[in-house]
Amino acid sequence: MTEQSHVVLNEVVRRYEGPPAVHALGPINLTMRRGEFFSIVGPSGCGKSTLLDVLCGLVRPTSGSVHFEGRELRGEVPDGIGVVFQEDSSMPWLSVRQNVAFGLRTSAKPEKEIAELVDHAVSFMGLAQFADRFPAQLSGGMRQRVCIARTLVLRPRLILLDEPFGALDQQTRLLMGDELLRLWRETGATVLLITHALDEAAMLSDRVGVMSARPGRFIDMVETGWPRDRDSRIVSDPEFGSLTARLWSCLREESLKTMGRAA
Amino acid sequence: MLLEICCRTGIIDPLTVIPPSEMIVSMVDHIGSGELNESIFNTLSTIILAFALAVGFGSLAGTLVHRFSRLRDVADPLLASYYSVPTFIFYPLLVALLGLGKAPLVVLGVLSAAPAVMISTLSGLDGVPPILMKLARIHRLSAARALWWIVLPAALPRLFTGFKLALSYALIGVIAGEFILSGTGIGYAISFAYQSFDNRAMYGLMLFVLLVAVTANGILYVWEGRLARRRSVG
Amino acid sequence: MNDVPLEAGLSSRASRRRIRAFDAVVLTLLTMALWQAIGSWTKGVAVSPPLPTLLYLFGLLRTSMFWNHAAATLAAFLLAFALSALIGLALGLIFGLKRFAGEVAEPVLAGFYTIPKVTLYPVVLLVFGLGMSAKVAFGVMHGLVPMTLFTLGAVRNLPPVLIRTSRVLRLSPDRMMRWVLVPACLPDIVNGLRISFSLSLLGVLIGEMFSSQRGLGFLLVNGMAQNNVPLSTAVVTVIVVVAIAANTLMLRIGRPAERRANRK
Repeated sequence: MTEQSHVVLNEVVRRYEGPPAVHALGPINLTMRRGEFFSIVGPSGCGKSTLLDVLCGLVRPTSGSVHFEGRELRGEVPDGIGVVFQEDSSMPWLSVRQNVAFGLRTSAKPEKEIAELVDHAVSFMGLAQFADRFPAQLSGGMRQRVCIARTLVLRPRLILLDEPFGALDQQTRLLMGDELLRLWRETGATVLLITHALDEAAMLSDRVGVMSARPGRFIDMVETGWPRDRDSRIVSDPEFGSLTARLWSCLREESLKTMGRAA
Repeated sequence: MLLEICCRTGIIDPLTVIPPSEMIVSMVDHIGSGELNESIFNTLSTIILAFALAVGFGSLAGTLVHRFSRLRDVADPLLASYYSVPTFIFYPLLVALLGLGKAPLVVLGVLSAAPAVMISTLSGLDGVPPILMKLARIHRLSAARALWWIVLPAALPRLFTGFKLALSYALIGVIAGEFILSGTGIGYAISFAYQSFDNRAMYGLMLFVLLVAVTANGILYVWEGRLARRRSVG
Repeated sequence: MNDVPLEAGLSSRASRRRIRAFDAVVLTLLTMALWQAIGSWTKGVAVSPPLPTLLYLFGLLRTSMFWNHAAATLAAFLLAFALSALIGLALGLIFGLKRFAGEVAEPVLAGFYTIPKVTLYPVVLLVFGLGMSAKVAFGVMHGLVPMTLFTLGAVRNLPPVLIRTSRVLRLSPDRMMRWVLVPACLPDIVNGLRISFSLSLLGVLIGEMFSSQRGLGFLLVNGMAQNNVPLSTAVVTVIVVVAIAANTLMLRIGRPAERRANRK
C-alpha cells in the first residue's frame, strides 16, 4: 500500500446465501491511485453495482478487505465518499436548491457558508436557472445533474458513479461526460465510473478495467494515457479507436456468455 | 336541486324526505338556537380525540408491521377484512367494559379509524423508493434522521389519504355510537329526532353533520393539494 | 439473478407457508384467550365467552331458521356486489378512458367515498322502504364507489405504450380489451373487487340491521334487543369468520394476477 493508493480492494469476494446461493463478485484485486479517473466496463449482471456497493461500504464483502485512505471499511460508509446512483435519487419534495443542500444538513457549517457552497455547486452543474424548481419539472438528465451537484457540494475525495448517464441520449451523454471531466479536474477527486458504454469509458478515463461475466473478475486493465486536459473531442484521436477495439475484443466473449445464460 | 324540485312538487312524499331548502332552514334554526351547543362540542371533541389517537396508534402499528414481515403476513388479511364488519356492533361491549360516557365512544372512534391509518402507513412505507434508503446510508444519516428527513416526506402523500379516511371513520364511529346508545351528542340528538318523528329536526341535524364532514375533508384536501402540487408535473 | 433453481424457490415457499400457518394458529389462540377474558370479566353481559358461543353456534347451524336468514343475506349481498362490480367496472372504464369525464368525476367520487354515508341512511330507508331493495341499495351505496375509483385508477395508470403497441399489432378493440388492457389492469381491478366485496357486505348487513326482518344483520340486532347474548355473539363470529375467509381468498387469487402484470 503506497502513499498514492487511495482505495485498495484485496481478494474481495461477495456471495449471497440465498436460496439460491449466488457467487456475485470476485475475487477482485484493485488499487486505485489518488486522483485517477478509473472506469469499469462489463457485461450486464457481472457484479459492477455490487462492486460499487462494497467500495462505498454499503455492503460488506463475504471475504477480503476494502481499504479507503488507509482505513478498512467495516460495514459503514466513511466520510469523504460521494455516490451517484443509476436510478434517479432526487427527492421529489425538495426543490433543486434544497436537494443540493441536503448533504450539508448534518454539517455544522453556518447558513451563509452552506448557501455559498450550494450556489456554487448549482451553477457549476448549470442548474442556476432551475434552482427553485422541483425534480418533477425537470428532465431525466437535469435530475441526474441535481444528484451530481448534491454529491459535489460535499467535496468528496472519492466519487463513485454507477451508470449515471444510462437514461440519457448519446449527445447529452457526451456533453455530460465533459461535465464529469470538468468536475474531476476542479475537485481533484478520485473518480470511479461504472458504465456499459465502451466509448464513454475509453474517452473519459485514465484507466479502464474490464470485468468478466458473473462472478465478476477483472480480465484486463487498460491504461489510456490521455492528457489530463481532455474532453469529448478526444474521439478523433487515432488511439481512441484501437482502445475501444481492445475493450470490445475482451468484452465480446463475456457478453456472449451472459446472453447465453439469460436466454 | 333535483331533490328540491321533487320534494316541492310532491313527487317525493313530504313525510319521507323534506325539501333541501327546509333542511337548511331547520339546520340553521336548531344550530343557531344554541341549544345543541354542548352536544356539538361534546361530539366534535370526541371525534378529534379519537382521530388523534387513531393516527398515533395507527402509524405506530403500521410502522411496526411494516418492519417485521412475519407480523405483516399475519396482519395483511386481517386488515383487508377489517372493514367488512360493522364496527359499531361492538359498541355495547365497549360500554359494558368502560361504562357510559366518553370512553367507549372514543375507543369506538379509534377502532373505526386506526386500521385505515395502518393500511395507508403500510402503503406509504412501501412506496418509499429503495434508492432513497441507500441515499440515507450514503449520507450517513442516523435512523431517526432518515425517518424524519426521508421516509416521512416520501410517504406523506399516501399517509394523507389515510388521514382523510381516518377522520371520516372517526366521525362515523362516534356518531353511530351516539346514535345507538348515548345520552348526549349529535348522534343522540338525531336518534331522538328520528324516534320522535321530528323529520325536520332530524334532517337539519344530518345536514349539519354532512357539512362538518365535508368541511373537514375539504380542509385536508386543500392542504394535501398544496403539498402535492410541487411533486407533480407543472 | 435470473437463473434461480426452481426447487430452491419451492422449498422457501413451503417453509413460509408453514410459518404462516403457525402464526395463524397462535393468533387464533390469542384471540380466543382475549375473548374469554373479556367474556368472563363482563360476566356475559355483552359478549358470551368462546366455548358457550361455539356450542350455541353449532346448535344454531342446525336450525333452518338460521339458514333462512343466511340465505337472505347472501341473496341481497350477491345482488348488491354484482351491481357494484359491474356498474363500477363500467363507470371506471368510461371515466378512465374519457380523460375529461374522469378528471371531473374523480374528486366527486373520492369526496363521496370519504363523507360519512351514515348521514344518508335515513334517506335511503325512507326512499326504498323496508326490505330487500333497501338492503341492496345500502350494499351498492357502499360498494360502488371504491370499485369505480379502482378501475378508473387502473385505466389511467396504463402505460400508453401498451395501447400504442396494440394498435401497431392491429388488434381489434375487443382483442385489445381482452389481451392487453384487462390483464394489465387486473391487479387493481381485483383489489377493487375485494374492497367492493367487503363494503357491499357491510352495506347489506347494515341495511338488514335497520330495515329488515330477515338476514344475519337482523338476527344480530334482534339478539341484541332481546338481550340474547350468545345469539348476537354467535352471529358476529360467523360474520367475522366469513369476512376474513373471503378476503384472504381474494388476496390469494389476486396474487398471480399481480405477478403476471409484473408489479410489486
